Amino acid sequence: MNFHPFVLPFLIGFVLFFVITACKFTLWIRHLTVPQKKTIRDNIISRKTFISVWEAIREGLIHRNIYKKNPLLGFMHTSLALGWFLLIIVGKIESSVYFGKTLEAPWETIFFRFFAHGIHSYPGAKFFAFSMDFLLMVILLGVLLALTKRLHSNVFGMKKTTQQAPLDRIALTTLWFVFPLRLLAESSTSALYSGGSFLTASVGKLLTGVVTPEVSLGFWWGYSIAIGFFLSTLPFSRYMHIPTEILYIFLKNWGVTSQETITGFTQIQVNSCSRCGICIDVCQLNTAAKINNVQSVYLIRDYRYQQLKESVADQCLLCGRCVEACPVNLELTLIRKQVREKNAPSHNIPIDCTLQIHKSNAEIIYFAGCMTHLTPSIISAMKKIFSSAKVSYHFLDEQKGICCGKPLIQQGLLSESRKLRDFNTQLIHNTNAKTLVVSCPICYKSFTEEYSLNVEVLHHSEYIERLLHNGRLRIKKSSLKMVYHDPCELSRKNSRKEEPRNVLQQIAKLIPTSVEKNNSICCGGSLASTGLPPEKRKQITNHAIQKLTENKPDFLITSCPLCKKTFHQAKLIEVLDIAEISAMHLHEEITPISRTWEGSKQLAHLFSGKKLPETFQK
Amino acid sequence: MEKIIYTDIAVIGAGPTGIVAAYNLARLGYKVSLFEKEESLGGNILKTYKLFPNFQSSNELLQLFGEMIVVNNLSLQTGVTVTNIRKDNNHWISTTNKGETIVSKAVLMATGFKPFDAHYKEEYGYGIYNGVITSLEFEKMLKCGEIYGSNGITPEKIAILNCVGSRDAKVGNNYCSRVCCINAVKFGIEIKEILPKAEVYCFYMDLRMTGQFYEELYRKSQQEYGVNYIRGKISEASQTADNRIQLKAEDTLLRLPIKMTVDLLILMIGIEASESTKELSAQTGIMGEYGFAKSHSLLKADNHTIHPGLFIAGTCKRPFTYPETVADARAAVVEIQHYLENKT
Amino acid sequence: MKNFGFKISASRQLDMDTIQSDLYEKLIQLEPTAKRCLMCGACAATCTAAEINGFNFRYCHLLMKRGILDNLAKELSKCMLCGKCYMVCPREINTRSIILKMKALMTETTPKHYSL
Repeated sequence: MNFHPFVLPFLIGFVLFFVITACKFTLWIRHLTVPQKKTIRDNIISRKTFISVWEAIREGLIHRNIYKKNPLLGFMHTSLALGWFLLIIVGKIESSVYFGKTLEAPWETIFFRFFAHGIHSYPGAKFFAFSMDFLLMVILLGVLLALTKRLHSNVFGMKKTTQQAPLDRIALTTLWFVFPLRLLAESSTSALYSGGSFLTASVGKLLTGVVTPEVSLGFWWGYSIAIGFFLSTLPFSRYMHIPTEILYIFLKNWGVTSQETITGFTQIQVNSCSRCGICIDVCQLNTAAKINNVQSVYLIRDYRYQQLKESVADQCLLCGRCVEACPVNLELTLIRKQVREKNAPSHNIPIDCTLQIHKSNAEIIYFAGCMTHLTPSIISAMKKIFSSAKVSYHFLDEQKGICCGKPLIQQGLLSESRKLRDFNTQLIHNTNAKTLVVSCPICYKSFTEEYSLNVEVLHHSEYIERLLHNGRLRIKKSSLKMVYHDPCELSRKNSRKEEPRNVLQQIAKLIPTSVEKNNSICCGGSLASTGLPPEKRKQITNHAIQKLTENKPDFLITSCPLCKKTFHQAKLIEVLDIAEISAMHLHEEITPISRTWEGSKQLAHLFSGKKLPETFQK
Repeated sequence: MEKIIYTDIAVIGAGPTGIVAAYNLARLGYKVSLFEKEESLGGNILKTYKLFPNFQSSNELLQLFGEMIVVNNLSLQTGVTVTNIRKDNNHWISTTNKGETIVSKAVLMATGFKPFDAHYKEEYGYGIYNGVITSLEFEKMLKCGEIYGSNGITPEKIAILNCVGSRDAKVGNNYCSRVCCINAVKFGIEIKEILPKAEVYCFYMDLRMTGQFYEELYRKSQQEYGVNYIRGKISEASQTADNRIQLKAEDTLLRLPIKMTVDLLILMIGIEASESTKELSAQTGIMGEYGFAKSHSLLKADNHTIHPGLFIAGTCKRPFTYPETVADARAAVVEIQHYLENKT
Repeated sequence: MKNFGFKISASRQLDMDTIQSDLYEKLIQLEPTAKRCLMCGACAATCTAAEINGFNFRYCHLLMKRGILDNLAKELSKCMLCGKCYMVCPREINTRSIILKMKALMTETTPKHYSL
């Protein structure tokens, strides 16, 4: 067996890497919940495992998702990951061929050129030499790109690159040194003993006469130390994402799902983040409010290094844009909620009121929600729609409502939210109704995802679409131009993107925007953030309105009372809820909703029942 | 056909400020052109019935304005909007929407204020429920001498809410509008005079009785008229089954949330910079906070702007009461006279 | 001892010279918007929780400001965090943040760092 003391740093790093990674994996898997573990056992022998292998190759080595988001960034990742992977594989085959055995020592593979220098004739020697040089060149190109990205992130079309923690910087620096040192070591060996291919031989020629065997050995020591250092810091740095992401892909494909609280699966996700920084670029806190130290990447980094500050955890709007953008498909908003849950203060909401029982034979029950009571025009529009479509309804929270519990969940107060959930569930079930129409997307999301109700839950945009579809509601079409703003809670996970649009297309001319559907933005009023200062919220709102009204619409339509109120108060454009615009276009003649200063004068006339004399002219 | 008018001073806006300033400048012998975008004179005074604190009739004032504008040297044009003002060497060039060009030695902006649009406080139900009206609409009712509630009948219970669109960061107006507190007190008395049996509740955050006789009027409204004052801002209004208005507020002194059903809710809307004020001050680069025109120095040259020859007076600068805005107009006259004398 | 028909009890006055303001000082450092409350009561008026358990944000805030902490933790627990108060506040006070921070201060867990 070939051996030289310089391989020791590599060997130590190699062993440390395997031992620590194995320990960490074991720990995380032990921290999975019982149902999560059962899911793994049930699915481990199935087709899903093969899908995972393919996905691991696709995402772990080729980085297809990063390519889709940013080709140059994708190439950087591919050249480093796939390049290095192939370098190891090809190197392994070469050393096996050369030594004529299948299991040689790892250092014999890694430092093959040192142990087998000079020109040799073994099958495919030239091919191997060429391939190895080619792969090394590709990796060096990747390192060059990585350096460029760190210095000038705008070359990559990225406005922000992630700020790294100290340990990451060490790992990053040693990683950058690994391949140039390898080039120098192999080239110097080539200079002394010839061999190598187009890259190492050429550099070797330049070095001929300059290098002595001592200098060459120094390069090999350097290479070994760099790689050993990198391997031993890897499990503590962001590069842990390389092995962890593969584990995550397998668990995800086997069907493991997240819980409301932190589990081993959260730890695995946290360690799978490569800190690519794509989430910073899509975040409105960054693009509109110039806050660039609280995004998901920082939440995960600080959480992992146990230095998470409240200001990082609490400012996020939970709009979910980063979840859509994440190349690793991490459940970023869920992780944030889990972290908030872990640190939430104890809370105990007393509910000192008796449950009201409304037995009602109405066709539907209507739940406006807390926020809708601050936008009464939505309620009055819904009443008009119900009467126009001859729907009998029971208004559940007309006088006294109770929060759906979603804001508590967003702040991690889970047991309290359950209390409200149980109360509301009883309230709804007591009515014997079959359909629940909700005006607030936050409540809607809560009722559909957190509750298990025995009634059908519809957002009012869906319900209006259904009424139109059934022909129970008839509307006129006008020539108004409008844009539709997707509320985060309605459009993302619930995917109610088409229903409101179907309604609007029947009412007026719907103009597309650059920020719709999957690329929709937050209005800035989100309840999920408690720490965001009001002036920052205003910046986000104004920026969002600017984006939405690029095509100069007459109206900005949304389907969330919170979005409506937030946009309306900015006083930049006329904002209407989908219910309001529908009520304004009802087929039968109804009293128009006055919206202007002049209109209110007419209203004063209307309700007085008498004609007011005009006594204002001189 | 373009028409050019040469004059000493162009006064933009024929509300109280513009009329008083133009009248006094004309009396000093200057040639004054006064422009008003509306068809009739008087600005926001037109929308009122009686003025606080002495219940002076607005009609009397309007009559007075009518007498003032017939002075020599003063030419008035109504229904004409000044769309642009700019400086050209020693002169100011104003252009109107009727295609006229006015060349003057000085310009006085008296473009006034506009009332806050209560639709922006949607939670009060303005424009959604009958019976939620603004202070100006209530003035209109007073003019007619009859007050109607949400059901079109005489109201038994009336609520007045202060600070709608003033002192409210949510609609971007952090300032106090100055006139609403005392106006609400005036309303209380006026209601009780017409409807002695009606209950009147005035909701306030702070009552600012700063002017002469204001505090006395406040006291009178309590002592002689029995107007009720509740310290708390109404958070929202909703409609009851019988079409009345239900309010939610907190009685902050009692520390209890209260609800109250009324027949009429009067929103004391605040003062905002008028569209003309915003447009002309943006053009000339004198726009200050909230769209109001900014004077050169609050304490030393409050009618001056950064441009010599461009003067500002009245509520285009900030909220003023009627006596204040008229005093400011007279102050502007002195400054303009001084400017024109030194110029030639 | 002769009974004079009345007894001496603790003063009902709040002694502003000795109030415990250190927690409030911390609070306004963490959430400076708390300082600008003008006590209009819109938050308490709109509050969804007020109707079912009598929660009053303005009062809780004032209790901490005046250093009356006896029942504050219990009062704070009544909040449902629905956020309506923020929507109506004329001074744009970050109400929910203040509630969460007051709770953290009350339970003496420092809100500066998250524990793991």
